[in-house]
Amino acid sequence: MYFKDLYMMFLSSLLLMICVLVGVAFLTLLERKVLGYIQIRKGPNKVGLIGLIQPFSDAIKLFTKEQNYPLMSNFNLYYFSPVLNFFLSLFLWMCMPFITVNLNFNLSVLFFLSVSSLGVYTIMLAGWSSNSNYALLGSLRSVAQTISYEVSMALILLSFLILILSVNLLDFIKYQENVWFLFFMLPLVFMWVVTSLAETNRTPFDFAEGESELVSGFNVEYSSGSFAMIFLAEYSSILFMSMICCLLFLGSNLFSLFFFLKLVFVSFFWIWVRGTLPRFRYDKLMYLAWKIYLPVSLNCLYFFFSIKLFIFIFFL
Amino acid sequence: MKILSFLAMMILLISSLLILILNICSKKNFIDREKSSPFECGFDPKSAARLPFSLHFFLIAIIFLIFDVEITLLLPMIPSMTISNIFSYTYIIAFFLLILLIGLYHEWNQGALDWTSS
Repeated sequence: MYFKDLYMMFLSSLLLMICVLVGVAFLTLLERKVLGYIQIRKGPNKVGLIGLIQPFSDAIKLFTKEQNYPLMSNFNLYYFSPVLNFFLSLFLWMCMPFITVNLNFNLSVLFFLSVSSLGVYTIMLAGWSSNSNYALLGSLRSVAQTISYEVSMALILLSFLILILSVNLLDFIKYQENVWFLFFMLPLVFMWVVTSLAETNRTPFDFAEGESELVSGFNVEYSSGSFAMIFLAEYSSILFMSMICCLLFLGSNLFSLFFFLKLVFVSFFWIWVRGTLPRFRYDKLMYLAWKIYLPVSLNCLYFFFSIKLFIFIFFL
Repeated sequence: MKILSFLAMMILLISSLLILILNICSKKNFIDREKSSPFECGFDPKSAARLPFSLHFFLIAIIFLIFDVEITLLLPMIPSMTISNIFSYTYIIAFFLLILLIGLYHEWNQGALDWTSS
């Protein structure tokens, strides 16, 4: 009995991993297409049927390219930090709520916070160990940005959690049956979206790979498959963040098709932002995190705590 | 916990399989002195890459550490709301968040959050 359960769990999480990887592949295709049409040109449209198998040919190309090893790099750290990055971003998907066959923990929000904050280390190690000025600068910027947005992200998340009084992601489904959290926490929702854009190092805040000053950020020295792993990790974290957005405030009924359509829309929104907005300035980014989002989210936390206590004392 | 570590091992297996595939596939290899030196837009590397370090990032990391500890103190407040005395709970929450806010404003006032020193 126990063995069968374990077997099913392995199988379903393996299926989840494979589907995430295929989804990431098609997300890159979607990004190239959408960016293409935003810039009034066609995206990839030759490989296969209307460019549908372009991501797979990209993967094959990347994996058969030569991997170069910089001379003065710390080889083991340099070699294994993309693997660790990829591992962490797939491990993050374990807290996707399932009712039956996969894991359903009570503390899945804590799992999400801790694993997503572990991702900082791999970026830092990748930048430091490749022994290049650009890589070191890119990793420093990216780590500082991720760290400072993590504080306000956790505080915004707390004011969502105090409304449902649980740290289980599955409980968001119960509390959003009638009305989405989008409608009565609108400013917090906007702040959450911007914070998760900054957390995944996406375009208005992509100082980790500012092409104009640092060539490609912390992954300058990476080529072929290890670059592909960093890339996969980044895009799967984008998909995961859009899933969290859907869970937190977009209805979050995980067992309807509509949920996944919303997920696709939110990840399209990520790409849309990339095609529309120019890059921010770094000191402005830091001020946005520490001087605007942190005080506002703390005050909102105060407000939601007091609302919850009011309801709890007088109406329950 | 045991199951989670099993699943973690499975994902590690997948990622190490990926790097095995990489090592099998990428056979192309030729060695060049310029290629194995760190990339600096065509120039020879001028300074050591690991020495330069801005103290600002370190200070940001320390402030982050303080706030992260505060968040770990705030997180258990959520499951413990229904099982604690509501009077003392309200007092604790109000004073804790007040201290957090006043601490943040104090840091702001003292200029610890300024990115450019003007």
